[in-house]
Formats: sequence, structure tokens, C-alpha cells
Amino acid sequence: MSTKQLAPPWAPKLTARTSHLGDRLLQVLTLLGGIATAVVLVGVFYKVFDQASLAISRFGLAFIGRQEWNPVTGHFGAADFLFGTAVTSAFALLIAAPLSLAIALFLTELAPRPLQAPVGMLVELLAAIPSAVLGLWGIAVMGPVLARTIEPALRSVLGFMPLFSGPSSPAGLLPAALVLTIMTVPIVSTVTRELFASVPRELKEGALALGATRWEMVKLVILPYSRNGIVGAVLLGLGRALGEAIAVAMVVGHTPGIHASLFAPGDTLASRIASEYLGATTTLQISSLAYLAGILLVLAVLSNLVARTVAGAAAGVPGAVAR
Amino acid sequence: MSDLALQARLEGKEGHLRRRRAVNVVMEAAATAGAVVAVGVLALVIGSVIVKGAGAFGLDLLIHSEVPFGEKGGGVANAIVGTGLLILLATAFAVPIGLLVALYTHEFAPPRIANGLRFVLDVLNGVPTIVTGILVFSLLVVGSGQTAYAGGIALAIIMLPIVARSAQEVLALVPRPIREGGLALGLPRWKVLLRIVLPGAAGGILTGVLLAVARVAGETAPLLFTCSVFAQGISINPGHAVASLPLRIFQLAEGNSPEEHNEAWAAALLLILFVLALNFVARYLYARTRSRVGL
Repeated sequence: MSTKQLAPPWAPKLTARTSHLGDRLLQVLTLLGGIATAVVLVGVFYKVFDQASLAISRFGLAFIGRQEWNPVTGHFGAADFLFGTAVTSAFALLIAAPLSLAIALFLTELAPRPLQAPVGMLVELLAAIPSAVLGLWGIAVMGPVLARTIEPALRSVLGFMPLFSGPSSPAGLLPAALVLTIMTVPIVSTVTRELFASVPRELKEGALALGATRWEMVKLVILPYSRNGIVGAVLLGLGRALGEAIAVAMVVGHTPGIHASLFAPGDTLASRIASEYLGATTTLQISSLAYLAGILLVLAVLSNLVARTVAGAAAGVPGAVAR
Repeated sequence: MSDLALQARLEGKEGHLRRRRAVNVVMEAAATAGAVVAVGVLALVIGSVIVKGAGAFGLDLLIHSEVPFGEKGGGVANAIVGTGLLILLATAFAVPIGLLVALYTHEFAPPRIANGLRFVLDVLNGVPTIVTGILVFSLLVVGSGQTAYAGGIALAIIMLPIVARSAQEVLALVPRPIREGGLALGLPRWKVLLRIVLPGAAGGILTGVLLAVARVAGETAPLLFTCSVFAQGISINPGHAVASLPLRIFQLAEGNSPEEHNEAWAAALLLILFVLALNFVARYLYARTRSRVGL
């Protein structure tokens, strides 16, 4: 590759005279940094699927639908954990998405100017709470409150649905979903807030000038204008929710199984890996856990990629720089 | 939607002005309630950490190390020192590589490769941290055991995309005339980049690094397999596994005695104070850099 080809258009052409040894060195050095980054990413996929190869060859794709996890007999399947991951993440986003839209609308359209920055910052700070601290809070503070007051209330009103029936316990799918809600709200609301702020002012003012109320302006202008971005933001949140291991492991109850009730304990892909990987005894068990990790990796990366495609480059790394 | 269509829809609704206003009020109230809920949850979590952690929080917690199981007392001094060491190691690995990647994508790479690398960074940022732990475990821990190096590298992999992406954004903010001025004075490009562009972007880069440190300071999952079986005393040997605050909180929370839970809350208070302080410093620096660049 010639240097000419590599330089951005605005850079001066590097002729023999100006082409410095230092320029070449720096270019090679930075290229090495780029290669190292790509190698790490390839390494993640390679190492996980390499470890999982034994389980993949033993169980094949049937592993995904199999509802069994027994290290003693050596029978492993991912269905229970996929169920737990799907239910907790879906329920978390079911709450987090409308809540985040509300927060973003409040911050861009309703909040008095002096409130905008501080409230926005407080919402972003939710993302700064370490997962172990959130897990501790979930199991020691939120779990008991849920089990004692909120779950019985839900049961008495909505108990006819299997989703809200069954006995309560401080640990279970509902607390896990709520902890994930707290972790995803700052991501989704920060991205949607930026989207809403980028809606052209003329469009908003046009709707208001035509006599729309503020809500009608939101419904007819802001939401349609940022629809793709909202989907992308929610998928970014989903990627985060799928992969959270520690906070979920602390509140989900470590009991694999498929239950209709949200109050029942369960287990997720990430939390099973977290609790069992280090203590795994047989190579097949380790390999099966790596298989779970492979499934998790593919799901999380896919939701990130779809988010990136749907939302365009706008998504990027949320919160990488405080804005 | 064209203005005419919009107007038609609005006119059709004009007969129900009172209802439209009522819907508007309800929706505005809902949006405000959403923000109140989010801030309320933050206050609730931080409030309970302060209330429950204040009891066991004190000098004893900070200067004493973990004690053998069943003994009274003890603190988290070893975890504080360990978290410090892990952050140092992670920063030492992630920041140089992150800066190189940012410089490469922003200054040297052809557009297609630059886009490819941004893509790689985004995917890397989406890898669940527990999976990062598995990678480092299978590369560095299998056969040779857990070390602070392994933990630091696992954290560095999480820091890398955050540092690189924020550095890219900041490099793009450095005004073009400044670098052109350097080039016009006959400086070679590497000097322009290292002496003019990077120092100009330093404030913003530091912001990204601090936010990345704040993020990994609270990470437990990547340390679980790489740096979780540690001695009870203070250790600064990167060749041995060291304790860390998030992992101690996780372990203490799984314990059964009230003393362990009290200590977990006190350690949580310490960790949350540290992480929030980092966030505030980062935000302050970013605001200052922005106002200086004139954005």
C-alpha cells in the first residue's frame, strides 16, 4: 500500500522530500493498534466457539431446544436459560422503552431549561451504578418489597393471568427484569434524547403553528421522524440486557426451568455462566457453558449490529463521551 | 407527512378541542412522571446504599484487610488496593492501544478500513463482559492460574472501545487550521499529530478515559474467572490474583451473616462514591474542553 493511498484527502501529498521516517513509523504503529483490536474481536469468537466445539459436536443445534442441565449425567441443553434471558430482557424493555421515551420527551420538550442538564445527567448516572451494587440492592431492598407488597397486589388484580400467579419470592424473574430495566433506561433514554433533539425545529414549529397541541406535535412529527432511531436505541438496550451477568445472577434465583409466572425463580444464559463456569468439573460441562456463551455472544452482537444498521451511525457507543 | 395532510388531520380534530387538550395534559404529565420515576429510582438506590452502608463505613473498613472466615472485624483495604492495581493495569493496556486505533482511523486509514474498524469497535463494545472473561480465562488463566494481569487485560478489553470511540470523536473536534498551521510551518505529520493535535484533544481524551475507568471500576463479571481467587492480605504483585471492590461486594452479598451484609453495603458505598466522583470529574473536564474549543 502506498502512503498516498492511505492519506485522507486534506492531507498534504507526501513526496519523497516530506515523507518522514517518523510519519511512516507512526502510521505503522497506529495500524498495529487497529490490527490488535480486530484480533481481540476475532479471538473472542474463536476462543468461545473453540471451547464449545465438544458440546456442539455432541448435542448439535438440538442443544438450543433441550430443557435439561445435569452435570452428573452429562446432559445439557440451553432452553431453560434462553427462556430466562428472553423473559427478563423482554419484560425489562417493555418497561424501559416507554419510560425512556417519556424521559427523553420530558428532557427535550417539557423540562424548564435550568432542569434539562441536571435531570439528564441524573438519568445517565443510573448507568454508572456498578452491577454488583445494583444486584445487592435488588436482592436486599427491592426483592423483599416486591415479594411482600407488590407481587401480592399484582396477583389479586391480574392473578387470572398465569404471568402474575404463583407464590412470591424475593428472587425471581420479575426482580431480574426490574434490575435490567434500571440498567437499560439510561442507554435508551440518552440515545432517544439525542434523536429528539435533532428533529428539525421548523417541523416542530410547523405542527404547533397549525394548531397541534404539544402531544400531537410529538405524535405527528417527533415520533415518526425518529422511528428508526428509537428501534435502534431499544435494540442497544436489549444488547445490554441480554449480556448482564452479575446483577441478574444475584436476583434471579438460580433455578433453571420454564414457568408461566414472573414471580418464579429462573436463570439466564449470562448468570448460569457466571455461577458455574469456574466450578465446572467435566470438559463436557465447560464446553456446554461455552456453548451458552456462544449463543449469548451471537444474540448480543446481533442486537447491536441490527441497532447500528437501523439507527445508522447515530447509535455508536452510547455515553462514550458525556454530552 | 406533508403540511397539507397534517393540516387536514388537525382540522378534523378541531371539534374536540377540549378532549385534545386533555390528552395533551395527560401525556405531558406521563412524560414528567417518567423523568420523576427515573430520578426517584436513582435516589432510592443511592439512598439505600448510604443508609445501609454508613453503619459499617469508617476508618476500620478502609485500613483493615479481609479477615479469615468467622472472625470479627476486617475491612476492604485489600480490595481497595486491588481495584487500584487492576485499574492501573487496564488503563496501561487500553489507553495506548485505544489512542493508536483512534489515530489510525482518524488520520491514516482509507475510509473503508476506518469504517471497518469503527464497526469492529462497536461489535467489541457489544460483547457481554462475562464472555470477555471467558476469552481471557482461556488465554491467560488456564494452566497458569489467575493473576492481576489477567484481570487487568479483561478490563482493558472492555475499556478499549470506549477509549477509542471517544478519542475519535475528540480528534474530529480539533480545528483544521491548527494542524494546517503546523504543516505549513514545515513540521512532519507525526510531529503535528503528537505535538499539536493530541495535546489539543487531551482534555476530551482524558474525559473518555475517566468514563472508561468509571465503567470498569464497577465491573465484576470479567474478573470472576480471571482474578477472583485471592489472598486475604494486601497484594500489589500483578503476578498474583488481587481482591477488588465489586467482587468483594458480590461475595459478601452471597454470604449469610449480617456482618457480611453490612460490610457489603459499606463496600458498595465506597465503590459508588468512587464511580460517581469519576463521572463528575469527567463531565466537568468535558464541559471545560467544550467551552475552550468554542463549541
